[in-house]
Amino acid sequence: MKVSLKVNGRACEADVEPRKTLLDTLREDLKLVGSHAGCEHGVCGACTVLIDGEPARACLMFAVQADGYEITTIEGLASAPGELGVVQDAFCETHGLQCGYCTPGMILTAHALLNRNAEPSREDIVDAISGNICRCTGYGQIVEAVEIAAERLRKANAPRNARGAHPNAPVNDPAAEHDAPQEGVLEAAEADTPHGGHR
Amino acid sequence: MKPAPFDYVRPASLQETCEILAADEDARIIAGGQTLVPMLAMRLARPSRLVDIARLDELRGIRAEPGGLTIGAATRQAEVERSDVARHALPLLAKALPWVGHPPTRSRGTVGGSISHADPSAEIPLVAVTLGAEIEIANATGNGAMSADEFIIGPMLTAVMPGDCVRAVRFPVWSHARVGTGFHEVSARQSDFAFVAAAAQVALDEEGRCVEAALGLGGVGDRAIRIDVSSLVGTEPSMAAVADIVRAALADLDIGSDLHVSESYRRRVAVTLGMRALEDAIAEATGKVLQ
Repeated sequence: MKVSLKVNGRACEADVEPRKTLLDTLREDLKLVGSHAGCEHGVCGACTVLIDGEPARACLMFAVQADGYEITTIEGLASAPGELGVVQDAFCETHGLQCGYCTPGMILTAHALLNRNAEPSREDIVDAISGNICRCTGYGQIVEAVEIAAERLRKANAPRNARGAHPNAPVNDPAAEHDAPQEGVLEAAEADTPHGGHR
Repeated sequence: MKPAPFDYVRPASLQETCEILAADEDARIIAGGQTLVPMLAMRLARPSRLVDIARLDELRGIRAEPGGLTIGAATRQAEVERSDVARHALPLLAKALPWVGHPPTRSRGTVGGSISHADPSAEIPLVAVTLGAEIEIANATGNGAMSADEFIIGPMLTAVMPGDCVRAVRFPVWSHARVGTGFHEVSARQSDFAFVAAAAQVALDEEGRCVEAALGLGGVGDRAIRIDVSSLVGTEPSMAAVADIVRAALADLDIGSDLHVSESYRRRVAVTLGMRALEDAIAEATGKVLQ
């Protein structure tokens, strides 16, 4: 069966058996191997992807069911090859991973939480990642990573411009007025650099 | 962990769905697939074809009606969880939903799917039985409805006949001014299958006397059961009365034991959670802690 998927903003075609899961299709047909195959029956969360922005198990969905949805995999989170997204960065910083097997699922789940809830409590974070099993870290650093990522995204998303800067924002060069945006900057990685990262 | 081969069809209407189901008794409905796909992966189920109803608009959505709230069978659990209408009309369901699986399974899993699967420890069937919800069923010859209690026969066993498709679940909405709810659950891990789950809803009048009370237990038997707490009606409920009623109701109840927990543990937890759920419901309706 032919199926058209929209993965990380790009249209992809695959010819699959109806019984082929979205996970296997992503990994084998589209070569997006960042989504990991763990238990393959919905328990471990290693295969978590975002379907229209909501976390879902790629092993519990067949590729033939997935056309028309916006599918985001871990490959779709970073701004460019070799770069890390805000949540990924925070995981590295807090040692929120050891073997890394659960990490893509953890990061996508955390990403979805932070899109919905800018100020999650510890309980919110624990609840959000409750369906993702990690056998290395003991979860402590993972929760810490999500807290740090939440804080950074909050700061980066606060409206700031050359005239009235956010108290936590870096001091901007007044000459940058023209290229500094008038309303919020969405890329946290750029928030710490003058001129919003653009020269 | 790969399913056996099957055909996949996505009919354009409920009518077409029913016709396909009527013509092929080995066809199975798939909506969210959060229970069916693991069963397929483990080859516990080997349907000839999957009939995907997840995108049928006529099976989706939350409709408030006088005295009830109808939730389309293919409405996703996460949609109900986020719905202000559902939270306001069905506070008991709102309390139970966070216990259903995990956020990434609720994002695909449906209300109708959970009801149709009829796991004895599942939360949505428990709320449906506790409140006396009606299950609306469609087939090639027409529509029908039956109470959740009639619908759920046993573990993973329902009154659905070959060719039937659950269309919607209609939950009664209590119109009393003071309604309180309580929901408690004990499981091995967060959102794992409940050893015991208890759901309670209580309505009080202006003087604090109970006008309606419902208590349901999941996980204790081969299906969710409603416990008779009608003796609370007409009284001003006290902690002691609640304890007596729950203990008496559970004394003769047939409770199972399994690999995880013994019969006596399960009975003790059922009594405790049943009491807590009722106490919470009464406290919420009165606005103060039960004495």
